[in-house]
Amino acid sequence: MPKLTSHPDEVKIISKRFGMGAANIDRYIELGGYEATRKCLAEGSEWIINEMKASGLRGRGGAGFPTGLKWSFVPKQSAKPKYVLVNGDESEPGTCKDHLIFLHDPHAIIEGTIIAGLAIGAKMGFIYLRGEYRYLIEIMEKAVADAYAKGFLGKNIFGTETEFQAVVQTGAGAYEVGEESALMESLEGKRGVPRIKPPFPAVVGLYGGPTVINNAETIASVPHIITMGGAAYAAVGSERNGGTRLFGISGHVERPGIYELPMGYNLKKMIYEVAGGVRGGRKLKAVVPGGSSTPVLLPEEIETLGMDFDQVGKAGSMLGSGGVVVIDDQTCIVEFALRTISFYQHESCGWCIPCREGTDWLKKSLTRFHAGFGTKKDIDNIQYLAENMMGRTFCPLGDAAAMPTLGFVKKFRKEFEDHLDGKPCPYAKHVEVALV
Amino acid sequence: MSSAETMSIFSPALSARFDALVLKYPVKRSALIPMMLYAQDEVGYLSDAVIEEIAQRLDLTMLDVRNVASYYSMLRFKPVGKYNVQVCTNISCMLRGAYDIFEHLEEKLGIGHKGITADGVFSLEEVECIGVCCWAPAIQVNYDFHDDLTNDKVDEVIAAYRAKAGRADAKGESANA
Amino acid sequence: MPDVTFTVDGKKLTAPAGTLLIEACRKAGIEIPAFCYYPGLSLQAACRMCVVRQEKVPKLQTACTTTVAEGQVFTTESPEITQARKATIELLLGNHPLDCPVCDAGGECELQDMTFRYGAGESLYTEAKNHREEQKWSPAVYFDRPRCILCYRCVRMCGEGMDVWALGIANRGSSAIIAPNGGDHLDCEQCGMCIDACPVGALTSDTYRYKTRPWEMNHVSTVCTHCGDGCKVTLGVRQVDDGAEIVRGDNRDKSGINGDFLCAKGRFGFDFVDSKDRLTKPLVRNAAGTLEPVTWEHAIRVVSNKLKEIRDSKTENGGGSSIGVIGSNTGTNEENYLLQKFARTVLGTNNIDHIRTTDYAAFVRAMAGHEHRAASLRDTETAKAILLIGGNPTEEHPLLAWNIRTNFRHNTARLYIATDSPIKLERQARQTLSLPVEGYESLTAFLSGDDSALGEIENAKTFREAVNAEESLLVIFGQEFRGAAIESLVKWGLAKENVKFAYLGDYANSRGAADMGLSPDLLPGYIPVTTPGAFAEEYPNLSTQPGMTAPEMLDAGCRGELAALYIVGSDPVTAYGTDPAALKRAFVVVQDIFLTGTAALADVVLPAASLYEKAGTVTNTFGDIQLVKKAADKAGVKPDFEILVRIAGGMGADVKKLVPFGRGSITVPAVTAPALSVDFVPTPRPIPSLRGIHGDLGQSRGAHSGEADRHAVWLAARGLELRLSPFDPLAALDEIERLVPSYKLDRLNLFAGNDVHSEPGFVPVASLTAPTAAELILPAHDGLFTSGVLGDHTKALVELNSYQESISQPVAEAAAD
Ligand SMILES: Cc1cc2nc3c(=O)[nH]c(=O)nc-3n(C[C@H](O)[C@H](O)[C@H](O)COP(=O)(O)O)c2cc1C
Ligand code: SF4
Ligand code: FES
Repeated sequence: MPKLTSHPDEVKIISKRFGMGAANIDRYIELGGYEATRKCLAEGSEWIINEMKASGLRGRGGAGFPTGLKWSFVPKQSAKPKYVLVNGDESEPGTCKDHLIFLHDPHAIIEGTIIAGLAIGAKMGFIYLRGEYRYLIEIMEKAVADAYAKGFLGKNIFGTETEFQAVVQTGAGAYEVGEESALMESLEGKRGVPRIKPPFPAVVGLYGGPTVINNAETIASVPHIITMGGAAYAAVGSERNGGTRLFGISGHVERPGIYELPMGYNLKKMIYEVAGGVRGGRKLKAVVPGGSSTPVLLPEEIETLGMDFDQVGKAGSMLGSGGVVVIDDQTCIVEFALRTISFYQHESCGWCIPCREGTDWLKKSLTRFHAGFGTKKDIDNIQYLAENMMGRTFCPLGDAAAMPTLGFVKKFRKEFEDHLDGKPCPYAKHVEVALV
Repeated sequence: MSSAETMSIFSPALSARFDALVLKYPVKRSALIPMMLYAQDEVGYLSDAVIEEIAQRLDLTMLDVRNVASYYSMLRFKPVGKYNVQVCTNISCMLRGAYDIFEHLEEKLGIGHKGITADGVFSLEEVECIGVCCWAPAIQVNYDFHDDLTNDKVDEVIAAYRAKAGRADAKGESANA
Repeated sequence: MPDVTFTVDGKKLTAPAGTLLIEACRKAGIEIPAFCYYPGLSLQAACRMCVVRQEKVPKLQTACTTTVAEGQVFTTESPEITQARKATIELLLGNHPLDCPVCDAGGECELQDMTFRYGAGESLYTEAKNHREEQKWSPAVYFDRPRCILCYRCVRMCGEGMDVWALGIANRGSSAIIAPNGGDHLDCEQCGMCIDACPVGALTSDTYRYKTRPWEMNHVSTVCTHCGDGCKVTLGVRQVDDGAEIVRGDNRDKSGINGDFLCAKGRFGFDFVDSKDRLTKPLVRNAAGTLEPVTWEHAIRVVSNKLKEIRDSKTENGGGSSIGVIGSNTGTNEENYLLQKFARTVLGTNNIDHIRTTDYAAFVRAMAGHEHRAASLRDTETAKAILLIGGNPTEEHPLLAWNIRTNFRHNTARLYIATDSPIKLERQARQTLSLPVEGYESLTAFLSGDDSALGEIENAKTFREAVNAEESLLVIFGQEFRGAAIESLVKWGLAKENVKFAYLGDYANSRGAADMGLSPDLLPGYIPVTTPGAFAEEYPNLSTQPGMTAPEMLDAGCRGELAALYIVGSDPVTAYGTDPAALKRAFVVVQDIFLTGTAALADVVLPAASLYEKAGTVTNTFGDIQLVKKAADKAGVKPDFEILVRIAGGMGADVKKLVPFGRGSITVPAVTAPALSVDFVPTPRPIPSLRGIHGDLGQSRGAHSGEADRHAVWLAARGLELRLSPFDPLAALDEIERLVPSYKLDRLNLFAGNDVHSEPGFVPVASLTAPTAAELILPAHDGLFTSGVLGDHTKALVELNSYQESISQPVAEAAAD
């Protein structure tokens, strides 16, 4: 069972019920649960969307799109049924925050889903969890069953005329399925290959109906925003980045864990104070700020860096999924790059040429390179390859593979050169990556 | 042609689960992926017979079912050990010694990536990120997570499963499902 | 959709709003490269070759998915775009085997072309390529994964185009692979469309693999010899010692009536041409009673002497009426025309017929006088509503089935089907009606308002209501309809506006055989022999007494009442189950490509050229006429046309009267057809006194007919004479056009390789006679891999047939593990 950590700087909004037994519906209600939904039923769609816009909440799945705005794109009238889709595929390496929400606060997800449904006029919501999270799926399923039993879900929720159904769905091991349109394909029982856009999901989504898709953390934030009020929530965060988010700090820190911190919280402080600093007193070499697809940052780049979408973007990386991976000075960046690209090679859906072939080549080149058989030209080739994948692929997975690669090559070129001419890797002993 | 009712290779419980599952969705096909996973849990892997039955129940072709199945890395076409030990070696786990854990397991179980022990109790697999990065390094045995591991802790975990397998054997359960 | 104006590479273009940019550009002559895009199939946006820059849009956009809107500005070529495409090719080549020198697609490979265009010749990467063994998926289809670029064209072609869905994608990422439905083999219609669609050499055909290089072949576009749809097929031909052999059949230029389509028979069914069973020497029965090879001279002499003798004999069993002639369902129109003319004017008999598989006479009788009511095959692509009664297009008219499916997919055409057993096209049908086997005539009565005609059939009324509610309708009916049944059905439809008809029949030129007067009572163009009109003047010695039908001839032969039977490309002994021994007394001449049941008992057997070895025209079951070109060449054989002329010559007939070569005095209608080539602007006035527009259709030029035909078009357009020859079938075409009312042809289009439609509405109503007996119709019902006698001698089809039969056996229940 994942350990809960905490730190005084935390502002507990989403995580406030963690560790309090809130997976039990009665306990959840005792802790104020389902009040937000009641309020939304009374206030109606427009009010909800306005509160969401006011909250400044931006999607926690990675792209940081303003949630209220996204909901407002869904057409009011639609011939086909509308849907809410909760993205709990959580597969980006370095990311395990949704894990804790499903474990400790599943009803917050249900509430958020119902509220999203009320906002856009959907009668049905799907909560999609990655297949590996089987025990969390069971928790989620139990929570849904309990909510049905209480009349919070069903034909007439909370005794009103409003209908809302919720279904928990399992994945079966595919990172790409986290991409919104691929997720819809998967939910429709197909290969997890993304769809051509436009049309966007808000117009043509699941089963061809208008669909709002949000990350599990985004959805779990919703009832809290309703309870606090959008403006109050926004005030917690930084400019244009409302509220808090669950930062997952992993890698070479003393106290890895999930910490809920306000948007804009300083990264250096996060590593050195919240997470207790680099493990064993070693020196910091690099930080991956938001999951494996975000370009690496150097220690000098994090001094004053506030962790919100805009500031990290300005620093040349991305806030992504909030998974901070800390790398100490004993780590081989080439090996780290290889392990990163191996993942994308393994997870590329294979649909489009630049991603399918590009990730395969990058993995092969880096493998050879790390084994000491690289040439100077390889470094240029790796960079050329990654540059030519950027922006050319069918979906952002190609970018997700190319971006970090470019970061590693550009920022650690020297370390790549250190591997040339059959020199053994100065740090790592793991050369081969066995994944097929 | 086998009719699903008369020739089902699913257990009655699985059949019932399936029947309930199909009703949940606006489109029947949505049950495909969960169904494959649950059938795999029961049968051990997606055999041709399982694929055929699922195809029939969902009005799909076997080609369709296979194409979808082969996309997802948790679904498999060959049996694994009773306890499938999956070691995450992705970045967060790697930084905290996942490869040591993997090598330790290789040595301990005497098998490599995708290997199965001779008694069929364990199989070993190196897998991608399993979503426990902040409690790394971690492994997943079937669906159970074991996090914050050291080699010693791994030994304990393996010993517990071995004991469990022994008890199951004594009760006459097949080790390979 | 309203037109919008947008800018591409500085040029202002106009297209309907919502047109795909890649299509709008193609129409304007701006070629945007693409691997995964295939017109008419669903969009993939997977290959990323078609990237273009759209003003004010941050990323490069794919032209295959971008729809045009007012005011947009695009750039399709720039250093940035070139680099993007070059990189994509480099990536592909990273894993692509560079085995172009031995690859079947070498020279016809889109990846090769793109590499050439974008100059990605240098190999950047040195990694080992992912290898996989080549797989044989069926006797027809091979798959070489390393060459596959995953454009998914084959998958879509098979699923969307063919509605077979035998191909899918297995695994993911760089392990992704095209997978056949049988696991390691294909269970499908074996159409080979996937091979045509493949832009590289990943999918190859058994018939062609590693045989030759594309540039070492001549590519001859001709008409498939198998079914009544008449697809254009391109035959790849290579010179060999004893002529020219066909090494490949495909749909290379897609310019035919069949568009993208070609079925297994069209694609793979050509090896009969080289069959060991081919007749290559004339045979004459010797004193010992066995067939003995002789020279052509000798054989022709024997035949002409004997026929002359019988014709001129004044005995009871002599004279022209004691000779019977049976023609072919696969010969050209010119040959069939000449055959009946030979029978009627040289032999002096109306005993001429063919094995009728379809009652075209009844159909034309019903259509006579009603112009624009006979549908072309092309109408089936666009008709808004189609009523299909009887028939099974998927099996017997694969192109029609393809067209209906395409029409359904692209235009949501409404399809209504009434058959006595389920057919595959029902998947596209809006409504279906299940008829009793004998219920076809009653359906007409029911449609015409007789509520009780069909008895109790569920949904019959809603079916009728829906059909009647259609504002326009294309009625396609099968061979279940004959004689009076056709008449009443057509009458029902003619009473409504905007109803067109098509009648489904077998064989490549059955329709032509009927149109050309291979009929004891009807002259070419269905003019009754009893009232021959213009023919009275044209045909000296024409008898106005109807002759015997084919079965009657055989019966008469058995009874010793016919002295001679002259049979061209037909096997009536087998078809009618005649006792071979009984025919002993008649002098039997058979002209064919195989030693058929009839040929085996003949006194003289003349080895004929197949449809792939001669030139002329054929008419499909819809009445669409197309040019047949000579592709292969076989030593020893002669086209029926030439044999006939020689026999007539041998009999002392005036060959110039029989084949009016060099006599050209026809007036070509005003030319209004679209311009054929840039250097020729058609003149919209009649060409005065056009002298003999006879083009050599490659008859005497080996396989280089393509070139000759291009000249023919050019010369014809200028009223110039190319060559005078009594063996020139075009001379007969001139006469056909002159005398057959329904064959007023647009020659320029015909010679350009297009199909032109005949018009049964031009057949004069007054001239028609009573219906023929329905029992005379013997439908062949050839399926996907059978094709009468030809099919039996086509190894590729025999093999495919038995392969499909073997794997379609219900699979034994697989054990749990
Ligand atoms: C390759 C890829 C993988 C993704 N994986 C996830 C994921 O695991 N979980 C998630 O919430 N979003 C993921 N996303 C982002 C989603 O596409 C989508 O933007 C998000 O679910 C929207 O929710 P939000 O607005 O609440 O962030 C992924 C995107 C891409 C391109
Ligand atoms: S970038 Fe292309 S291959 Fe990669 S995951 Fe997206 S669509 Fe699939
Ligand atoms: S043609 Fe547009 S992406 Fe392939």
